[in-house]
Order: sequence, then C-alpha cells, then structure tokens
Amino acid sequence: MSALIIVLLVLVGLAVLLVLWLIGVYNVLIRLRNEVRNAWSQIDVQLKRRHDLIPNLVETAKGYMQHERETLESVTRARNLAAGASGRGVGEQGKAEAGLSQALSSFFVVVEQYPDLKANQNFLALQEELTSTENKISFARQAYNDQAMHLNNKIEMFPSNIVAGMFRFERAEFFEIEAPAEREVPKVSFS
Amino acid sequence: MWEQIRSNQRRSVLLVGVMLLLLAALGAAIGGAVLPPDGVFLGVAVAAGLWIIMTLVAYFQGDNILLAASGAREIKKEDHPQLFNVVEEMTIASRLPKMPRVFIINDQAMNAFATGRKPENSAVAITSGLLARLNRDQLQGVIAHEIGHIKNQDIRYMTIVGVMLGTIVILSEFFLRGMFRASMTRRYGGGRRGGGGPQAQAVLLVLAIVFAILAPILGQLIYFACSRRREYLADASGAVFTRYPEGLASALELLANDTHKMTQVSRATAPMFIVNPLDKGRRAAVGLMSTHPPIEERVRILRSMAGGAAFTNYQEAWKKVAGSRAGSLPPSALSEAAPVAVRAPGAEAAPTPQDARRRLRETGDILRKASQFLFLACACGMRVKIPPEFKRDHIGCPRCGRNLQVPVAHLAAIAAVSGAAGRENVPVAQAKTTPQAPLEIVRKDRQWMSFKCACGAVQQLAPSFEGDATRCTACGRTIRVRG
Repeated sequence: MSALIIVLLVLVGLAVLLVLWLIGVYNVLIRLRNEVRNAWSQIDVQLKRRHDLIPNLVETAKGYMQHERETLESVTRARNLAAGASGRGVGEQGKAEAGLSQALSSFFVVVEQYPDLKANQNFLALQEELTSTENKISFARQAYNDQAMHLNNKIEMFPSNIVAGMFRFERAEFFEIEAPAEREVPKVSFS
Repeated sequence: MWEQIRSNQRRSVLLVGVMLLLLAALGAAIGGAVLPPDGVFLGVAVAAGLWIIMTLVAYFQGDNILLAASGAREIKKEDHPQLFNVVEEMTIASRLPKMPRVFIINDQAMNAFATGRKPENSAVAITSGLLARLNRDQLQGVIAHEIGHIKNQDIRYMTIVGVMLGTIVILSEFFLRGMFRASMTRRYGGGRRGGGGPQAQAVLLVLAIVFAILAPILGQLIYFACSRRREYLADASGAVFTRYPEGLASALELLANDTHKMTQVSRATAPMFIVNPLDKGRRAAVGLMSTHPPIEERVRILRSMAGGAAFTNYQEAWKKVAGSRAGSLPPSALSEAAPVAVRAPGAEAAPTPQDARRRLRETGDILRKASQFLFLACACGMRVKIPPEFKRDHIGCPRCGRNLQVPVAHLAAIAAVSGAAGRENVPVAQAKTTPQAPLEIVRKDRQWMSFKCACGAVQQLAPSFEGDATRCTACGRTIRVRG
C-alpha cells in the first residue's frame, strides 16, 4: 500500500515539475518573441522615416537635375514599392528596401555631377538625415538579427523545441538588405 | 556584453572595498593619534560620515556639477543635427535604454566626456573644437567611445571611486595641516595633553602621519589603474559600436596632435575626458600615475585590429601592441563576443582648416543663439554678435567701422522673454548717415574687391556680400553695386 502511495507521489511530483518546466520554457519563448518584435519596431521606425524623407529629397533635387528624370523616377518608384511592402513580412520588406537602397546610391552617384545641388543647404540637411537614417537602420538591423537568432535557437534546440512546437512558435526571419553593392551608405564627398 | 559589465562590477566592488578599507584605516589612524583612548571609532565614524555626504552629493548632482563646471550647454536637434544624429545612431548601436543628453562645450581644445549616474540618465559633452575638426566617421568614433563609458557603467563607478579618493585626500590634508599647526603651538606654548603613555602616543602619531602621507598616493594608484583599463574597454566598445575602428583611431590621432589647452578643467574632472586634458602639450609619460593610456598606443591597437571589429579582435591587437600574453579586456567580454565585420568608411573627407574655422564659428553661433545673443548683419557682410546684456544703442562694425544701431528695446525684450523668440526676426542694422549723391560700381567677380569712393576713401566688398547697395564707411554715401 505504502509503496503505491510513494509511486503516486513521485509521479505527481514529476508531473508538477514537468508543468513548471513547461511554464518556464513557454515564458522564455514569449519574452524572446516580444524582444524580436520590439527590435523590429525599432527598424520599422527608421524605414518609415526614410520613406518620409525621399519625397522631399526628390522635390529638392528636381530643380537642379532636369536631365536626370530617369534617376529621380526610379528613386520614387523604389520608395513607393518599399512603402507598399511595409507590413508584409520581414523578408519581402527587406527585398523592397534593398531596391530602395540601390536606387538611392545610384542617385547619390549622379548628384556628384551637380555642384549647385551639393551646395544647397536644404539638400545637405536632407542628405545628413538620410545618411543617419541608413546608419540607424543598419545598427538596428544588427540588434534585430541578434534577437531573431536567440529566438530561433530556442525554437530549434532540444528540449525547448517541443514546447515551441506545441504552441506553434514561428521562427523569426532575418532582415537582410545587403546586396553586395549597398554594403555602404551612399557615397558623397563634401569637398 | 552583460557578462562583461558584470565582471567589471565584480572588480569594481573589490576595488571600492579596498578603497573603503583604506579610508577606514586612515580614519582610525588619525582618530587613534589625536584622541588616544577611544578615538579609533570616532575617526572611522567621521571618515565614513564625510564620505557618505560627499557620495550622496556626487551621486545625485555629480553630472550637473561636472557639466556646469566645464561650461557645457545642452543642445537640441535643430542646433546641430549631425551631432544629434550621431549620438542617436550610437544609442541604437549600443542598445542603451535611452539616448543621452547632448552638450557642447565652447572650447577650442578637442575633447569630450560622458557623465550620468546610470545608462537611463546620462549625458555626453563635446567641445566645439572637436566638433569643428572631425569628419562624420571620426565624430562617430568619439561618441561611440563615450557611449562605451556609459554602457560599461564606468561613469558612476569613477564618480564613486573619485569621491572616495577625494575624501581620503581631504582627511589626510586636514590631519597633516592640523599636526603641523599643533606641533607649532606645542613648541611655543609648551604643555601636553594627558592620556595614554606619551611613548605609545608618539609612536601612534608617527604611524598616523606616515599613513596619512601614503594613503592618498595608494588611493590614486588604485584609481588610475582602473581608469586606464576602462579606457581600453571604451575604445574596444567604440570599435564594436561603429564597426569602424579607423574612425576612432584617426580621431584620437587628431586629439593627440591638438595643442589647444582646455580652459575649464580640473584634476578632479580630468579622468572623465576621452584624452586627459591636463596632459596636453607635453609628452605624457606613461606611469602609474596617468589616468589614460598613451594615445599613440591606443591608436596603434585600433589600427592593428585585423579581421573584424569585435572585442576578440581588439584583444588580439592589444596583445600584439603591448607585447603581453594577458589581455586588457575582461575574459567575459570575449566569451560572448560575436564577430563584427568592419564597415566601409563614410565618404566625407576630413575638414580642411577653412572648413574647421567655419564650423567652429557656426558652433559658436549655435551657443550664442542659445544664450540669447542678437545677430546684426552689417552691410559689409560681417555679422556682429551682441550679447543680451549689451546696453549701448550703437556699435562700430569691427570690419568696416560702420556705425551700427543696436535695437536696444528688442534686445531688452529678448532678455525679458528669454526663449526662442529672439532667434528669428534679426533686424538688419541701419548705418547712421548723412545723404550724399549715390555712386555706382560694377562688380566683376565674387572675390574681395577694393575701390575708391567719390570722397576718396578706399572701400572693400566682401566675397560674401549679397546685396545690391552699400554705404561708404567715410562719407556714408550710398554705393550701388551691379553685377
């Protein structure tokens, strides 16, 4: 009789431990997922800021660059594409933003031929804002990808992957906007 | 990152403990020497009391005191967008919970410091000399170094240890001076207070004096040792945050060659700066007593970081340059370090001396605007900056000598309102003149141009002159400018 009770007690104890472990792992997963979301919102703020800056930039440049209609239009197009992709998942947004970065860097190459534009105070201010926004995106991207990796590790590693599977946690996508050409911020010299 | 801060904290606690022991021992020795039977406890109590009061003041007001003592002025984003942006970028890169406040010190010397008692409540200050002579990448490097100090919680620690050192110094100073005076009165006044065996008291006294001389030196050694180590860590953090060690390296190089001396700096605030402002001008001998490692070495370490900008790369570079097996960074900083790829440099070239002068002037203007200066545009192109406390109603232009009217009422109104109101509607000064027949000249190019007025006086036009008319400085006649 007493042996049965002991076995029962051990089983109950094990079940309680299992439930506690489940709760613990679940909470860690939730915390990681929230951190990923928070890190993503940091990037999103900067991406939106970039979208907002570009119409001003195009407007300012228009007066100086009548012969570069093509370049300006491609920047506007890329910007609209990127703005449209916002909220459609990290991977797709990354692709659209990469296109925008590409268009911007070729725009800034063309700007080199317009010294008057480069001397325009308004343009210089916009350029500083854009450079800074690109830097912020790239620093925030690093933070986001680190968080995403932590979450993904937790989701895939044993034994937490069991809990993750039970509650259908999804892997976080990495945010990549680095086609090899735009590893760097648009290049403009102030000289 | 967190591991590394924790390890720093452990060492910090240890060092603070050693300093506290030193302080208590000093208090005990002095107490024991002055009041032989039971002065030991009293001495410790006095030392502890003094220390607690000073620490509380430093903890809650230290940042404000430091900023005020160095004449720093807080700026907003409109005042200097680039500096503000760079601080924002580094806040994101370092993952600080809150962006530090940004201050500018109007000083030709190149320097910067960070302060604040916790990462949520911190500030970075940078001199206008530094702001004028650095390009964007270098500025980013310097700010990253300062934010590294904030992130590693160096500031709070340096404040606490600095205050302890200060308490030790004050106590021993008091004691030694007191002893000196007491010995004088004793010699001339005779008489000896009772209590204890005179022999034992004399021995205690000698011991206390020796200890009072040694304690501040010991304290300083401890203080400087950890201050140097923290500079290396901040440099490494700077490289990691910017992903571009060359930015900080070239900025440090510029700082090393800077010959300007800071005007408002003291021995107490010196360790807070990115380079020791008191070492300027002379070859800093690296010894136990220096607060910072030599800049040349810091630059060499940053430059020899190969294969990335992570903590591990810095450690390797440090070992190579210092020729030592043990690294400068806490081991925990290295265990968690992910590889960091070096990014490409920004395209902005280093400012030329002309650029630097112009930017220095602009920074000065930012600060003057913030202090409610009034800007008078003279017809010769000069901008005369008038402090709000200026009382006379006219002033001679320092370039062309024209007599400018100062809108005294306007100035008084600005001083009274003391807000952003004075920043716009800058009135153009009117020259006091008597009417004469106008003269017309043709301007060929945008260079300095000299010509003779009808009255015979030689006049000059500045390249920056934009208007279509000016006045002769001698006779005051109108001169129309064409072309």
